[in-house]
Amino acid sequence: MKIKRNTLLSLAGIALLAGAIAVADATLGRFSVRILNLSAIYIVLALSLNLLNGFTGLFSLGHAGFMAVGAYVSALLTMSPAQKDMNFFLEPIVPFLRDLQLPFPLALLAAGACAGLVAVVIGVPALRLRDDYLAIATLGFAEIIRVLITNAQSLTNGAQGLKAITKYSTTWVVWSVAALSVAFMLALVRSSYGRTMKAVRDDEVAAEAMGVNVFKVKSTSFVISSFMAGVGGALLGHMITTIDPKMFTLTLTFNILLIVVLGGNGSITGSVIGAIVVTVLMEALRFLDMPMNFLFIKTDGLPGLRMVIFSILLMIVVLYRQRGLMGNKEFNWDDFLGIFRRKGASGAGGRS
Amino acid sequence: MISTKDVSMRFGGLTAVSDLNIEIQKNEIVGLIGPNGAGKTTAFNTITGVYKPTEGRVIFKGRDITGQKPHAITRLGIARTFQNIRLWKDMDVLENVLVACHLRMDVGVAASTLHLPGYRAKERRSREFAMSLLESVGLADQAHEAATSLPYGKQRRLEIVRALATEPALLLLDEPAAGMNPQESLELMDFIGSIRDRYDLTILLIEHHMQVVMGVCSRMYVLDYGVTIAHGTPDEIRRDPKVIEAYLGVD
Repeated sequence: MKIKRNTLLSLAGIALLAGAIAVADATLGRFSVRILNLSAIYIVLALSLNLLNGFTGLFSLGHAGFMAVGAYVSALLTMSPAQKDMNFFLEPIVPFLRDLQLPFPLALLAAGACAGLVAVVIGVPALRLRDDYLAIATLGFAEIIRVLITNAQSLTNGAQGLKAITKYSTTWVVWSVAALSVAFMLALVRSSYGRTMKAVRDDEVAAEAMGVNVFKVKSTSFVISSFMAGVGGALLGHMITTIDPKMFTLTLTFNILLIVVLGGNGSITGSVIGAIVVTVLMEALRFLDMPMNFLFIKTDGLPGLRMVIFSILLMIVVLYRQRGLMGNKEFNWDDFLGIFRRKGASGAGGRS
Repeated sequence: MISTKDVSMRFGGLTAVSDLNIEIQKNEIVGLIGPNGAGKTTAFNTITGVYKPTEGRVIFKGRDITGQKPHAITRLGIARTFQNIRLWKDMDVLENVLVACHLRMDVGVAASTLHLPGYRAKERRSREFAMSLLESVGLADQAHEAATSLPYGKQRRLEIVRALATEPALLLLDEPAAGMNPQESLELMDFIGSIRDRYDLTILLIEHHMQVVMGVCSRMYVLDYGVTIAHGTPDEIRRDPKVIEAYLGVD
């Protein structure tokens, strides 16, 4: 009974969300729709980092690198030869890549696969490290990827970046990918394999002693996470329509990490809520960077002031809610309805 | 069943275990005792692959398993518990056991994530097996409570159950009675005897308190400063002057 009710509620919830997105897509202005879609992309990215950080306990700071790989692969594979010739004016593109053009879904998969492949190469040496050492190593690898992209002129057009990328990231595309990512993560985390990931996170020594192949679990998680990061990066590229190596610095990784920590390390619901809240706030708080006129104090605009707000927000979370908005809990209907029921009961004179 | 051949473990200049020669037959319960710092846990760690012994070989069921990875050794049928309890703290009691079941399920990421029919059947079997294990130690009622919320004695039992879930042939227990009062220790020893019979196990256990192991072990080895100073039946050990000296000192 109860299970059936919850399934129905979930289906209704999903339909409602899809409807809301459809209405928003049709009625909101271009700028608002763009923020809406950016949230979806950040959901994908936050989930992929959460898989590493929250579920497998691997502190990685290399996300921007994998996103860069994904963004470049997908952009280059979808561009027509003519577009590529226009972009590569300093040095011509390598011929075989010039003539290679794939439909967008295939290019998106290739973007993920390439990011995953890079993760295999990087993961084998880096995953022997733990904690902060792993973070530093992955950060270093991400920078290496960025430097390689900057210098591989005939392959990536170097520092000039790529322009006029086709805008494939429509509302439906990005939200479908986001929904798919959520479904995938839920299925993975609740499976037997997902449990071994959590075991590795909680106590590696015990996991190993209970027959969990720790290195394999870590590598798998790393590769899946990178695949998702690659797809997310590709979607980002097809949304902004221009990419260059400077986009993919530590700041980008930091933004995603912010979402994961604010939402709750190890909570899928937390990452989804965090992605939407942070993305919307990033834009909503933009006025802080503009010139402001208080009664007595006038400022000529302080670029970066909104990041101060995020830093304060992060400090508040670290001080009062160490495990983030959701902790490691997930949304479920029983708890959700429980909140109203409790309120109702206390309103009706506190019947027990 | 298992034997160690001249196993030595050195950390720099320190010899934690030297020339350890243990031999255990099937279905025996053997004790490994000794004062603090005698090298008992190090001996365990060399058997289970946490350390690669500096010298010597470990033979399990006629196979040389020296230097294999811990998870590979667990797959071959050696499971262990830890001296300082190492349960997974963010999981409930049942999940703790289910992770240990994963080893025998043989499912990959894809089958597991997609919840393919084969995986579902295996998952169901694992759950039944895990619940039956929990029931046998009286933990079934607490299956959905956080593992670390259990009282100490039950956490120890859960650790043993978790090790059993890997379906071992040889079970290594590292100070299972640590922190227990004499009454609890006696109950635990009965429990160890009963799981040996029920799951057809061979057991090697480390214990600090000699009296506790005397009742349950058929034979025991005594370590002191990494050296095996005696081995034999409990009665022989009790009378051995070297053991008395190591434990009580000489006057």
